Parts: sequence; C-alpha cells; structure tokens
Amino acid sequence: MQQQTRSTIGQQIELPFMESVRISFQSLMIRFGRSVITTAGITLGIAFLVSVLVNNEVTVAMKESGSKQEITTLEEEEAPGITMKDKWLIIMSLIVCVVGIANSMLMAVTERFQEIGTMKCLGALDRFVVRLFLLESGFQGLAGALIGALIGCFGSLLLGLKDYGLDLFFYFPLLPVLDEQPARLGVLLIILAGCVLGMILSVIGAAFPAWRAAKLPPAEAMRTEV
Amino acid sequence: MADVVVRTEKVVKEYRMGTNVLKALAGIDLEIYTGEYISLMGPSGSGKSTLFNMIGALDLPTAGKVFIDGQDMGQLSQAQIAWFRCHRVGYIFQSYNLLHVMTALENVTLPMTFAGLSASERRDKGEELLERVGLGERIHHRPDELSGGQRQRVAIARAFANGPSIILADEPTANLDTVIGREIIDLIKELNVDQGVTVISATHDLKMLDVSDRIVDIRDGLVERIRNRDEIEIQVGEVGGH
Repeated sequence: MQQQTRSTIGQQIELPFMESVRISFQSLMIRFGRSVITTAGITLGIAFLVSVLVNNEVTVAMKESGSKQEITTLEEEEAPGITMKDKWLIIMSLIVCVVGIANSMLMAVTERFQEIGTMKCLGALDRFVVRLFLLESGFQGLAGALIGALIGCFGSLLLGLKDYGLDLFFYFPLLPVLDEQPARLGVLLIILAGCVLGMILSVIGAAFPAWRAAKLPPAEAMRTEV
Repeated sequence: MADVVVRTEKVVKEYRMGTNVLKALAGIDLEIYTGEYISLMGPSGSGKSTLFNMIGALDLPTAGKVFIDGQDMGQLSQAQIAWFRCHRVGYIFQSYNLLHVMTALENVTLPMTFAGLSASERRDKGEELLERVGLGERIHHRPDELSGGQRQRVAIARAFANGPSIILADEPTANLDTVIGREIIDLIKELNVDQGVTVISATHDLKMLDVSDRIVDIRDGLVERIRNRDEIEIQVGEVGGH
C-alpha cells in the first residue's frame, strides 16, 4: 500500500520563465506607489555616486584641456586626477548607495513574507519564489539606476557649466580614455556602470531576505510579522 | 471503515522562545478518514492551528510522524513536498491569503501554473471553479475589490484548483459575519460531499458542528476527546465524552 502511494507522489512543479517575468512585472505595476518608493532609494544612491564620478571626470578633463578655470582649489594644485577628497567622496557615495539599496530591498521583501508563505502553500518551489523576487528587484534596480544615473549626470553637467561655461561641451569627457594613467572612465561608461551596479546591488539586497523567507516552512513565513 | 487519509503518530511540536520551550503539541495521535469532514476545536493556544500546520505539511513536527495517504511526510524531498502541496492539498485560511496583486482568476490559476497546465486549460478550469463558488461575474476583480465573503470564495476555488484529496481550512469563518460564515461553511460542505474530498478544519465556530462528521477537541496540545456528530446532539452539555 505504501509502495503504491509512494509512486504517485510526483515532483514535477513548474513555473515557466516568461510566466515569472509576467508575474513580477505585473506585481511591480500594481504596487506602483510602493515600487516607486523602493526604486527611489536606488535612484538616489546611484544619482549620488554617478554625480560624484562625473564631476570628477569633468574636472580632470577640463584641467587637462588647459581651459581657464575659475575655481582652483588646493587639492587640484597638488595632484592631477583624483584627489584624496574625491576618493573619499566616491567611497562615501558608494557606501550610501549600497546601504540605501539594501535597506529598500530588505523592507520591500520582508513586508511580503506572507505572500511568500502563501505561494509555497500553493506548491511553489523555493527557487520560484526567489526567482520572482530577483526579477522584480532586477527590474526595479535597472529602472532606478538608469534614472539615477541620468539625474546624477545631468546634475554634474549643470555644475560643470557653472564652473567652466560652454567650454565644457568642447572637452566633455563622454568616452573613456584608457591609455592614460590613471585611466579615465568617461561619462558613458560611468552611466553604464551605475546602471549595472544599481541592478546588482538591488538583486543582492533582495536575494538574501527572499532566500531566507523561501527556506522557511510556509507556516513560519506567514506568521512572521514585520 | 473508510480508508485512513491522514494519520499522526505522537506528533510533538515545540517552539523555542529564548530560553523557554513552549510545547504546542504534546503527542497527538489521530486518524482521519477519506471523505470525512472533521473539525479540530479548541480554545486559542490549544495547539489546533499547530496541528493543522503539521497535517498540511506547512511546518515540521519536532518529533513524531505525519502520514498522508500512507506516505511519511518527514521522508519527502523539498520538491515532493511542493508537489504534494500543489496537487494533494487545498488550503483555506482565516485571512484568505490571496495574492492581492492578482485577479481572482489569476489567484485560482496560479496553482495550475505550478502543476503545468496550459494557459487555455487554466483559464477554462479557473472560470469553471469561480463559477462554482458563485463568482462567475467577478473573475477579473482583484481581492481589494471583493468583500470578505467573496475573497473567501476565491480562496475556496483556489484550494480546489488541482483537484486535491484534502482541504485544510484554518478558521475559514473567523473574519466573516454569521450569515456569510454560514454560506462559506455550506459551500465547503457541498464541495466535501460532491467531490468526496476530506475536509479538515481548525475552528472555534460552533456553526461548524452541524456539518462536521467528527469533532476533535484539542486541549493543551493533546486530543481531549473525539466526538461523532450523532453523539454531539445527545451529549450537548455533558462533560467528559466517550
């Protein structure tokens, strides 16, 4: 009897990838207000980081162009390229970005533990749940980071215009310069890097709580209070 | 005697809270037969919800065994447990637990997606189930556009999505008023009779007594007594039991 019933227990449970994409996208759109707040966390972090980096590129490029500079600070006289102060700023902005995004994603996933428990009751495998959340956070990360990168870049551009006037457009460091020491990233690459970083950070930030929730027995996930 | 669909053997569940150990279940032995409507009754904190979770493979016992269809739940792999939850059991909760980003139809068809049904099969079957619970007109509404009773109906349709052999209902009427609660109980009972599915319900709603084949009283993590429905009518007011 036991042998017979054992054979009837299957293990084929599926969730096609495109179905996952559809569900996670729909979930973002329907919770639009909440999604925007989470995304704003990512946007701010990346905007800050990109603006610092672009600002830095602009300063270096303008200095090398020999264009007249209205503002000359002590550090700039000391060393060409990235100064200690700039390095500090970049590190700080990176930290703010990482912590901000991780926090946003952590909250966003934790408040949905019950949903995770419910999905598991319906037969979802742990990895389906994790995949849905990773896709969602990936979309959010990409959108937030792209907006953030553009805002950051635009902000730095305005700042550059104020400092260097229209000269900025002649020497604007759009493309990377790799044969220089230290190599310069160029604005396009910074925007791209900002997007990738924002996406990776938000995926990592969501992965940990989603994975933890998916591992819990459903009863416990549903009992968890935020 | 009908086949045993669920059997628990000395099931113990302990929760650790700091240095304290709370014994929610102290060794439950219970047999539930195919097709019966059984109510687990008891005051809050008696352990009935914990037992419910053990029977539904929603949580693992600290000690003891749960057999469903003769299968020891403790021996199943993660994938087998997921399959089991998807195909064999339908869950109905006090707070409905619908996914609020999805429409009624999508909620009902999600377990079918996991089971590998095609989009058109899911749609047909989902519509049929929602029709059956009386929500044929509201299949594209999301949970926040539905009343409590309607949400519970969606949850019932969802529980039946993959033709389960067991329905587990945890306080399904606790958030509903008497009239709607009665309707929900009747609906579950109808499906129990029509489809021959076993219904296991944790409740302290006395309305449930009418429809239950047996009532299991749980107290302090133990089975206090088991009553058949015909006994209840005779024994109302009596202390003790068999």
